[in-house]
This record gives sequence, C-alpha cells and structure tokens, in this order.
Amino acid sequence: MIFDYETLKFIWWLLIGVLLIGFAITDGMDMGVAILLRLVGKTDIERRTVINTIGAHWDGNQVWFITAGGALFAAWPMVYAAAFSGFYFAMMLVLFALFLRPLAFDYRSKLESAKWRNNWDWALLVGSIVPALIFGVAFGNVLQGVPFNIDNFMRITYQGSFFGLLNPFALVAGVISVAMLVGHAGMWLQLRTDAEVAQRSAQFGRYALILFIVLFAAAGFWVANMDGYQVVSMSDTQSYANPLAKVVTTSSGAWLDNYTKMPLTMAFPALALVMATMAIIFSVINKPALGLASTSLMLVGVIMTAGTAMFPFVMPSSNNPNISLTMWDAVSSHLTLNVMFIVAIILVPIILIYTTWCYVKMWRKVTKDEIENNTHGSY
Amino acid sequence: MIDEAFVDLSRLQFAITALFHFLFVPLTLGMTWILVIMESVYVMTGREIYRDMTKFWGKLFGINFAVGVATGLTMEFEFGTNWSYYSHYVGDVFGAPLAIEGLMAFFLESTFVGMFFLGWQRLSKRQHLGATFLMAIGTNLSALWILIANGWMQNPVGAEFNYQTMRMEMTSFAELVFNPVAQVKFIHTVSAGYVAASMFVLGISSWYILKGRDLAFAKRSFSVASGFGLASILCVILLGDESGYEVGEVQKVKLATIEAEWHTEEAPAAFTAIGIPDSDEQVTHAAVKIPYALGLIATRSLDEQVTGISDLEKKHEVRIRNGMIAYKYLEKLRNGEDTPANIAKFDTLKDDLGYGLLLKRYTPNVVDATEEQIQQAVKDSFPRVGPMFWSFRIMVGCGVIMLVVFALSFYYNAHRVIEQKRWLLKAALWSIPLPWVAIEFGWIVAEYGRQPWAISEVLPTFLATSSLTVNDLLLSITGFVIFYIILAVIEGWLMLKFVKQGPSSLHTGKYYFELEKTDKQLNQGAQS
Repeated sequence: MIFDYETLKFIWWLLIGVLLIGFAITDGMDMGVAILLRLVGKTDIERRTVINTIGAHWDGNQVWFITAGGALFAAWPMVYAAAFSGFYFAMMLVLFALFLRPLAFDYRSKLESAKWRNNWDWALLVGSIVPALIFGVAFGNVLQGVPFNIDNFMRITYQGSFFGLLNPFALVAGVISVAMLVGHAGMWLQLRTDAEVAQRSAQFGRYALILFIVLFAAAGFWVANMDGYQVVSMSDTQSYANPLAKVVTTSSGAWLDNYTKMPLTMAFPALALVMATMAIIFSVINKPALGLASTSLMLVGVIMTAGTAMFPFVMPSSNNPNISLTMWDAVSSHLTLNVMFIVAIILVPIILIYTTWCYVKMWRKVTKDEIENNTHGSY
Repeated sequence: MIDEAFVDLSRLQFAITALFHFLFVPLTLGMTWILVIMESVYVMTGREIYRDMTKFWGKLFGINFAVGVATGLTMEFEFGTNWSYYSHYVGDVFGAPLAIEGLMAFFLESTFVGMFFLGWQRLSKRQHLGATFLMAIGTNLSALWILIANGWMQNPVGAEFNYQTMRMEMTSFAELVFNPVAQVKFIHTVSAGYVAASMFVLGISSWYILKGRDLAFAKRSFSVASGFGLASILCVILLGDESGYEVGEVQKVKLATIEAEWHTEEAPAAFTAIGIPDSDEQVTHAAVKIPYALGLIATRSLDEQVTGISDLEKKHEVRIRNGMIAYKYLEKLRNGEDTPANIAKFDTLKDDLGYGLLLKRYTPNVVDATEEQIQQAVKDSFPRVGPMFWSFRIMVGCGVIMLVVFALSFYYNAHRVIEQKRWLLKAALWSIPLPWVAIEFGWIVAEYGRQPWAISEVLPTFLATSSLTVNDLLLSITGFVIFYIILAVIEGWLMLKFVKQGPSSLHTGKYYFELEKTDKQLNQGAQS
C-alpha cells in the first residue's frame, strides 16, 4: 500500500470533493444552460445556438455525476446506502427529471415541428432545474442532520419524510445551488454565443450571481446560529471503519469550529464570494473567458466551504448523533481505498486530457449562421 | 419479520428497470463496432456512400443511445436507493468495478459520442474515425466492468466477511477482475450485443431491398451486418456462458435447474432438449433427451459429473446448519464477546454464514430455527425449475434461428444473389426482435437463476433491501412504469420514422425520397 489507512481516508475525502467540483463545473454548467435556454433564446435558431454550445459535451459532462455516484459506492458505501435510500423520493424525482435530458438533447432538432421543439425545451428546463434544486435542498438537509439510525447489524433506517426535506434553510440552499449554476452558465454562454443571445446570457448570469452572493452570505450567518456537530471521541482513525463507536455532541455554531481552528480555511468562502464578484465585473467589461474561470473557482470555493464546515462529517444523524457518518468511519477497507486511489490517479488525468482535446476541437462561438448552414448536422 | 410483498416489489422494480435498460444497451454495444467498420471503409476508400452509411446508422444508434443513457442513470443509483443493506454489505467489493466503469468506460464513451455526432465538420477524417473507435472501446469497456461486478454476484471471489465492519471486504482485486464467471459472461454478453446490432441492420436493410429502395446503400449495409452477425452469433453459441456454470455453488444450482437435472446422472449426462419439469414430483415428464450433450456442454468433458438438485439439497442442508452456528458466534462477536476462541470458531464457519441468513426469512434469531424451517430454507435455496428450464430454451431457440438466418444471409450475399431470395429477406426482417427476446430471457436465466441470493452464498435477496415501505415502492414503480412507457413510445415512434425515411433523412439529395420520379427508377436500376 502506498499510504496508511488514515491518509487514504483523507485522500478519498478530497477525491470525492474533486468529483463533486468536476460535476458542478461541467454538468452543473449544462444544467444552468438548460435553465437559461428559454430566457436567452427567443427564437428556435437562437435556442439551437445555445444548445449547440454544449451539444457535444453534455453527455461526457454528465458522467461526472454518474462517477460521483459510483465513487461514493466504492469509497463510502455507508454514505451511498444511507443518502440514497433516505432521500428516496428526492432521488426518484432527480432520476425522473434526468431522464428527460438525453432525449431532449438528441431528439429536439430531429424534427421540424415547432411544437415538438418547444416541448423538448420545456423538458430541458425541468430536467435541469429539478436536479439542481434538489441537490441544494439535499445538502441543506445534510447540514442540519438527517433523521436516520443504524442497528448493530448495520442496517440503516430513515425516519424522516419527503416533505420534511422542504424546510426553509434547505430551500435557500436549493436556490443557492440553482443560482450558482445559472451564473456559471451565463458566463459560458456569453463566451460561446454572440449578439443578443450572449448579451441576454450575460445579463441573466449576472443577476444569478448577485442572488448567489446575497444568499450565500445569508446562509453563512444562518449556519453560524444553527446546531452543528462535533466529535467528542472516536476510535483510532487508523483502525477499521465503524460508525457506531464514537461520541458526538451538537451545539450552536459548531459548523464554524473548523474555521476558527484553521483560519486559513476562511479562504474558501472568501474565494466563493470574491470570484462571484469578479465574474460580474469580467462579464460587464466583456471578458467572458475570465468570467467563466472566475465562476469555476467560485464553485470550487462553495464546495470546499461546505466540506470544511462539516469535516469530518459527511452525513450527520439528527436522531442519534453518535452514529453520524464521517469520512473516517463510513469508508471502505484499506485495500479498496488503495486500489481505487491507484485507478483514480491514473485515469482522472487521462480523462482531463481527452476531455480538454474535445473542448478545444469544438471551441468556437456558435452563431445563427453556423446553425443555418448545417441545419441537419447540428442539435 | 421479512415483509414478502415489500421484497417482491423491490425485486420487481429492479427487474423492470434492468430489463428495460437492457433493451437499449445491446444495440449500443454492437452498433458502435458496425459504425467503426463502416467508417473505416470510408476513410480507407474515400467512398461517400460509406460515410452516408455511418451517418444514417449512426442516427438510429443515437435515437437508441439517448434512452440507454437515461435509463442507465437509474442503475447507477438504484443499489443505494432500493438495496441499501446490499450497498453496505458488499459496497467495499461491488462498488469498485462500478466506479471504475465510470472512470474508464463511461467517460470515454460519452465524451466521444458527442464528437461522433457533432464533430463531422470539426475533425479530420482520421480524427473522427478515432473518436468513433474510442466510443466503441468505451462502450465495450463498460460492459466489461459491469460484468465483473455482476460476475462477482454470481461467484463472489477475492473477498471475505469481516465481523468488525459487518460486511464483505475485498481481499484480492486481481481475483475480482479475473473471476472466470465474469470473463465468460463478458464475452457472451458483448457478442450477444453484436448479434442484436447486426440483426437490426440486417433486418432493416432487407426491408429496403424488398422495397427496392436505395439498393446500393442497403446491400452494402446488409453485407456488413451479415458478416459481423455471423461471426458474432457463432461466438455467442460456441462461447456460451454454460462453461461458467461449473464454477461456484450457485452456478451449479443454475445448471441443475436449467437442465431440470433432479438427480445426478452418470457422466456424461444427457441433455433434456424439451420436456415438462414437475417440481413436486421432481421429475421431467415427456422428456426428450440427447445423450452425452449436457456433459459436453457443461463440463466440456465426458467424465465429469453435473450435480443434480437432490445432491445439492443435501449439501445446502449441511451448510444451513453450519450457518446457524456461524450466526450464533457472529452475534457474540457483535456484542463484544470477541475473544480469540470465538473469533477462531467463527472464522471456521463464516463461509456458511450466508446459508444461515436464509433462515432470517422464518425466524429473526436464526439460531432457534425449527427442523421444519430448516427444510423450508433448503427448498428456498433453489430458484423454481420451470422458469429456468423454459427461459433457457427460449434463449437457445432464438439463437439457433438467428444462426440459420445469418448463415444463409452471409452465403447468398457472398454469391451476390441476395436480392432474389425474398423469403430470406423477409425472414431477416421478422427476425429483428429475436436477439432482444434471447437477451431478456438470458438475463432471467442469469439473475432469476441466482435466487434466493443477491450475492451467491453470501447475502439473501430478502435481506439486501432498503428499509422502505410497500407504499414507497408502489409509488416509485408507478413512476418508473409511466416514464419508461413514455420514453419507449417516443423512441419507438422516432426510430420508425427515421427507418422509413432511410438515408434520405441525411438530406444529401442523393437518396430515394429526394429524387424525381425518373431518377427513382434510375436509383433502383443503376444501383442494383
């Protein structure tokens, strides 16, 4: 083994973070684009320019989401089991919504009918806004603790309800999720489309970023006054994974403890807010490439902010805080983490290389002329 | 206690979503290679008709692919949503191939599928062919990793139970990857996918030839499909996954139930070609037997035995009794009595723990099972013979018909007389559903045949579920059924529309529906 168990557990916490960041920057962007589609594209040809900016990439981008699911299964099986069975109906809604997108992308422009295309545009909107919202809502609930229990034979029981998920803080988290992705997508479309479509995208993107800044800051104050979780004692982090052997307390503001202990980590929320502001400025002075880089870093900041606040928790239990799932004790065995680490460090760079090649090859401003000249070869 | 209705609904939902997803996967597996073949000819010869073939069959591939992607999402998350105890119990082993599938296969396939569809104008000819090739590699690698995961469910090697974490943990990644059951399943399944795609192209091309449309286009497509299809069906039949049925206990159970081999026969056993299995009497009525055939198919030898159901039952009973003791010690260990003596005792029996867990269906404590409950659990350790026997024969029957269709198609095509063999063209057209019938029944043989286990000999299916309710499941099944029907209707309608248009849907101006009446006659005459 290259690393000891404790180090690998930490590396996997980072790797899951990398996958979530990859998911937000790529697939999240596609969701933002689809949410903006009807707002920034007034005519069919305008909408086609919007869709074709991501036409060749949406499927590859979606794999970040699928792989995050697979990696969760392999590295944190307890989390995979508890989160998806606990948030059962939320997850079903996400799946049903996501069914719409592959068909919409591929089928929409295959027929001339305006009604057909308009319906698929709605499908793209629903298929994107529902998952974006639910991911935020789910995360908002995780921060507040999830009502589940684990028995001595490690069977997980969820004791909440679907409607319990829709509490005020979680809904704000949901809106933050949508706003940040729409802001990010606005920068992308400003960069990759032209004329009115680019202008409208920039405008809506900036509105979304302003909303994001306000709500993200507000959520920060909210969290400061919310019950957070703290580990009082747990078994050796080098030893086998057992989420049943620790003592956890909750206290108001405990989610900010890590920031007080390690003030440097304050850089993450700062990064999110500063980059969102920078993106707005870059968008105004018409430097959308820098705007897109800024929103990408903003997404890094958001995910790291959340991860740092909760560390080492991944899924706290509000029913029985002692059995909360953490990145130390809800993980796979040393061997599995090691094998998967080797696989990941070989494959992730390769993936980044060929994905970049594809983006480079397809890079251009998608214009109305282009679509009109290649009407049967475009989405 | 175990809620049987809830368990059945959980299984039903998984079966619906998996069988539906697998309507779209085989075509993708094979079509990508057919596209590689067609595009390679285009790049080598520069003849535009091969580019048009790649684009047109690519369009149909795309219509199918979209639904495959959509329904595949369900599969990645359904273990967590509906089989959460399974996810915990085996995630340490089973999760790895799934994650690798994402990293190694899905990224490759999905990234280059976008380049395949939209990269025609932005990539050079060779680059585009490279993209098509990588898409095909990615697609087939995904089959490899998912079958390594599935092969482990059939024959769980390279893993061991750990009482401290209360789950199976990986002991050897190499054993997991080189699991013989996974290897044969991979070859069998991808070849079946190639057959499905070949039959699809063969059948539709036949229809164009019958209609006398776009003959040059249709006949070239027919050639590719008949050659690739014949090679693939031979591969499916000769490398059928029976050879994997001698490895592992549950595979033996499958073989015995497929053959309705109630009692062990002297080697080499006869193959029951057809008959009426009777589970109560443990006999097969009106059986037509082919001497030696089973021994040859299953063991590839004349002197190895195929174990019959009654002998397997005796073995299972012993293991269930051992499993009860294993369970007793597991409880001690979980309750803090982890003395070296208890650990040692548990370690000697833990391979039978799964058999002990079969009793959970009747008594939550396992150790207090009555003699009657033990006998019941022995009966439970087999899938029902009827569905196994018939599913297998339907699959094989479809395979044999397809072999004949491909062989004749290949023969007459090679002799350039395929146009005159209208009966064969009709047969090819009507054979389009056969690969799908065979594949779905093959899935039933493999997965229903694994029952009562989720993980063979390790984790019974009824224990593997999430802690949900019957109502939760009724609601989600309703959702899946509604959505999947909508997807299927749209997909089928669009597919038919494009099949009917044929290559005219490419808008090149060269094909049937784009031509004037006189040109149409020319199109038929000149190209034939």
